[in-house]
Amino acid sequence: MELLDNLSLGLQTALTWSNLLYCLVGVFLGTLIGVLPGLGPTATIAMLLPVTFVLPPVSALIMLAGIYYGSQYGGSTTSILVNLPGEAASVVTTLDGYQMAKQGRAGVALATSALGSFFAGTVATFIIAAFGPPLAAVALEFGPADYFSLMVLGLVASVVLAQGSLLHAIGMVLLGLLLGLIGTDVTSGVQRFTFDVPELADGIGFVTVAMGMFGLGEIIRNLETETERSVAVAQVTSLMPTREDFKRMIAPILRGTLIGSALGILPGSGSILGSFAAYSIEKKVSKNGPRFGTGMIEGVAAPESANNAGAQTSFIPMLTLGIPSNPVMALMVGAMIIQGIQPGPSVITEQPALFWGIIVSMWIGNLFLVILNLPMIGLWVRMIMVPYHFLYPAILVFCGIGVFSLNNSQFDIYIMALFGLAGYVFSKLGCESAPMLLAFILGPLMEEYLRRAMLLSRGNPLVFVQRPISVTLLAIAVLAMLAVLLPSFKRTREEAFGE
Amino acid sequence: MIRSKRDFWAGLIYIFFGAAALVVARDYDMGTALKMGPAYFPTILGALLLLVGAIAVVRSFIVSGLPVGAFAVRHLALIVASVLLFGYILRGAGVAVAVPVLVISSGFASRRFRWVPTIFLAAGLALFCVLIFLKGLGVPLPVVGPWFGD
Repeated sequence: MELLDNLSLGLQTALTWSNLLYCLVGVFLGTLIGVLPGLGPTATIAMLLPVTFVLPPVSALIMLAGIYYGSQYGGSTTSILVNLPGEAASVVTTLDGYQMAKQGRAGVALATSALGSFFAGTVATFIIAAFGPPLAAVALEFGPADYFSLMVLGLVASVVLAQGSLLHAIGMVLLGLLLGLIGTDVTSGVQRFTFDVPELADGIGFVTVAMGMFGLGEIIRNLETETERSVAVAQVTSLMPTREDFKRMIAPILRGTLIGSALGILPGSGSILGSFAAYSIEKKVSKNGPRFGTGMIEGVAAPESANNAGAQTSFIPMLTLGIPSNPVMALMVGAMIIQGIQPGPSVITEQPALFWGIIVSMWIGNLFLVILNLPMIGLWVRMIMVPYHFLYPAILVFCGIGVFSLNNSQFDIYIMALFGLAGYVFSKLGCESAPMLLAFILGPLMEEYLRRAMLLSRGNPLVFVQRPISVTLLAIAVLAMLAVLLPSFKRTREEAFGE
Repeated sequence: MIRSKRDFWAGLIYIFFGAAALVVARDYDMGTALKMGPAYFPTILGALLLLVGAIAVVRSFIVSGLPVGAFAVRHLALIVASVLLFGYILRGAGVAVAVPVLVISSGFASRRFRWVPTIFLAAGLALFCVLIFLKGLGVPLPVVGPWFGD
């Protein structure tokens, strides 16, 4: 069995003492971030990226991955105990999770979330292991035109899956693509949109933009709504679900895992859409559906499984195609490039230890998370009580020094501040930042592949519809766009985000 | 009469950046479809963005939408200005000065700001950054910068 050989190679990589330690550090930090309200995984990974530069590539990626899926676990703790989502994917968990806590069943809700997440994480790990290599093999056949069409599909998907207005999502994507072109044009060496500012010659750093929009922008939004909230943390008594609870959580966990895994692969919102969709679907199919919102265990099990599954399967496009599907994955791509690894289909064949090591570490990390989240719940409860007015100045300091350390440049701090402003203004106008960031990182790649494709086809744009892979990808993109315009899909889309 | 302020303002932003891209790209070589110059892709994008912006503005007069909502000008200004100030003084003043300045100036943005705990937080974070970033990770920044003597 080739899969078993690969997994054992992964085990050898992941089970070294240092990698176990980095995995533990990653999931610990991830949980911490997930628990603290108002600090999302994107901003945190951006903040911690400079720290990982000193690590070997495998350890760095294991730790960063741990931060990401760890934050999905931590986010649910805050949702359940204080009715505040720790991060965006846990929003729906507040609905039934907090009601359960009010009924004195906080422990059971936490246990449901942890067990569901662990099961989903395990399944998602196997999905990556099973589908990664064949997908990468297909991707090796891709020509420049196919890659271009794939990126078009990716951006269209991020538009379709974005919250709010479709038109604004398209606008943000175009804006992001343009921003990505700032700097030196690789082919001609011409300085584009730099306005003779020497610091712009290398373009704007992705981490800088991400920290500005997701770190600073978020802080300003949180301060705006800062209330005199007294943090009343629900008491956690028994963690043990009853036999009846177990029976009720099995089907929702299975459905949530399935929905989350599928939606996680799609570009755009990563695990967020999965948790929303799982909740609304569960509400329809469950016999307790009408009572959702009153503390139903199904309403915790389904979205929690979905967001963790989605957080993990979102690694698939990044690892196999080298194309990030959400801002967090874009940061992972950035981390790989800095470590000297060109993400893409060849990673599996050229760096098998890296690929399989990351996958196996994800399963180990999920195991760590169950241990971290249930017995250590008391610690997280205390973390939740750290008031926001102590938290945000610390985030600003870490963002500031972190951004500086990327290029030892003060200019990057100014750029970050500018994007904090932009992120806030855009959120006020109902324009989502995630598609813009995705486009920002894909911009230069798309131009490169467009140029190469046109060169190979002697300037004939029909190449995009003549190659079977390319035309298929474009057809899917067109269908997705058309589907959004259908009234029934429009309703579903609004419903999925409207909970 | 504008019926959707969000569409209107976002549309204007798109139009501004789309037009700017088109104007600036005129200085670069367009090339041909076979051999695209540096202006080719930005020109396509700029034109599309202009189009999206125009649609948004036109739509803002036809379809009503959500209001923009008040800007938290004080919070916005304090946070952005603190970070800019931090960037400006970082090298010259050093981490031991710039970090407390950032913590205290941004701290004013919270309605729960109180001097004593904020000063403790500032001192703690300054120490943490010196130990982790400067000593641990070797970020080339002074603890106390040249503005205050060496």
